[in-house]
Amino acid sequence: MRSAPRHHASYVAFVGHRLSGLALAIFLPLHFLALGLALEGRETFDGFLAYADMPFVKAAEWGLVVLLSVHLFFGVRLLALELLPWRRDDDLRTDWIGWGAGGAVAVGLIFLMGAFGFDAG
Amino acid sequence: MDDTPRDMAPEADPRTETPHDEATIRARVWRGDRRGRFVTYEVPHRENQTVLDVVSEIQRYHEPALAYRFACRVGVCGSCAMTVNGRPRWTCRTHVKRVVENGEITIEPLRNMPPIKDLACDMSGFFDKWHRAGGRFEGTATRHDPPIPVDPASRKRKLADAGIECINCGVCYAACDVVSWTDDYVGPAALNRAWTLVNDERHADRRGTLDKATAQGGCSSCHAQGNCTTHCPIGISPTRSIAGLKRMSLLDLLNRRAP
Amino acid sequence: MTEARLFALQRITAMVLAPMVLIHLAVIVYAVRGGLTAEEILARTGTSALWPLFYLLFVAAAAIHAPIGLRNILREWTGLPPRLVDGLCLVFGLALAGLGIRAVIAISGWTA
Repeated sequence: MRSAPRHHASYVAFVGHRLSGLALAIFLPLHFLALGLALEGRETFDGFLAYADMPFVKAAEWGLVVLLSVHLFFGVRLLALELLPWRRDDDLRTDWIGWGAGGAVAVGLIFLMGAFGFDAG
Repeated sequence: MDDTPRDMAPEADPRTETPHDEATIRARVWRGDRRGRFVTYEVPHRENQTVLDVVSEIQRYHEPALAYRFACRVGVCGSCAMTVNGRPRWTCRTHVKRVVENGEITIEPLRNMPPIKDLACDMSGFFDKWHRAGGRFEGTATRHDPPIPVDPASRKRKLADAGIECINCGVCYAACDVVSWTDDYVGPAALNRAWTLVNDERHADRRGTLDKATAQGGCSSCHAQGNCTTHCPIGISPTRSIAGLKRMSLLDLLNRRAP
Repeated sequence: MTEARLFALQRITAMVLAPMVLIHLAVIVYAVRGGLTAEEILARTGTSALWPLFYLLFVAAAAIHAPIGLRNILREWTGLPPRLVDGLCLVFGLALAGLGIRAVIAISGWTA
């Protein structure tokens, strides 16, 4: 059967938090392996980092930055729900979801500006 | 002169009575248990009609074997809870005109509980979990002692009172996805009950209730999806109660670690 | 390890990670400007003891936080038996810790 509708804010936040966490958990070992390339010398590390100049890779990095920001902001909302006093019975702090998503988009934009050469310095 | 009181007049047979408008409702109703099928019944669309009215009409005039539950039919007992167009709700409090889609409504038993027959489901698992979460009250006084004075304005009493009106209708339990994904999650109603007890100074086993509510399948399984809070027909927020249990669990662990 | 303890670890590491992730994001958006080079990264992380210590703590917290989160996903969204899930997540946590410490050593220049 169809179950309870899932398009209310708190549920969307759950999905965002869980999927971003899953993506980050898959990414993290790869991230550590890449950084470990520095053990094999500067040239090897630089050789790998050259891939970071490719637009496709920059886009992937942007995706990860946004996912990390989403996971952070939605996670902080959960900590607030659990540790801060509730002001009302239905105080699911749904406004934090909007701010969190907006914050993640903002961080992503700043990243893009830096990654694609709009930096000030 | 006909002095039969109005409520004892013979009930009009809806099959012959002309409805106020000509429209009908097609009600797709689940028949069977876990294996079964939807059967569609047509009933007249009336001006003031609840989903419970539709189900009752089907059972009285179309299908006497249709099994369903209700009691008060005025929105206080919670017995008539069913899944209507995919949402768990009290059918006596659901007006047809608010949920009908293209002249059709779909009526099923509550999710997360095994269907016994048609629209009636087996709630024993729901009540077992209520106990498993530590919901059973244990008193400290006897009938010979004076009643324990509890200040209704105290912080703990206010927290308990926010959840005390639960009548165990099962709607929150049916709405919860985590309940559907796991066998051992005790669910929002059970944890809400546990929260009212850990805040009840008269309860002798607050330690035991907290231990049960924070065990495997307890409050840590909740992900604050909020389906329970958005569906509770009387406005309780199990999410809030569970958040309180989580906070208590954290502080409790940190306190116990302190020498 | 009881459920309540796992939950507490998850929340405590979350509180440790939150400010660290903010700092890490700030470093990322700063460092990505003008392209990433080994020299630039290693100049930052290899010259002070603070960065390796920061990232060691980061690795430790993440190696606890991520597997507990993954455990929930595996328990709820796959049909794998609970003991297997616990074992997989424990192995994942150890792998993260191992790879993470290796990565910190790599960028700290401690073996240089």
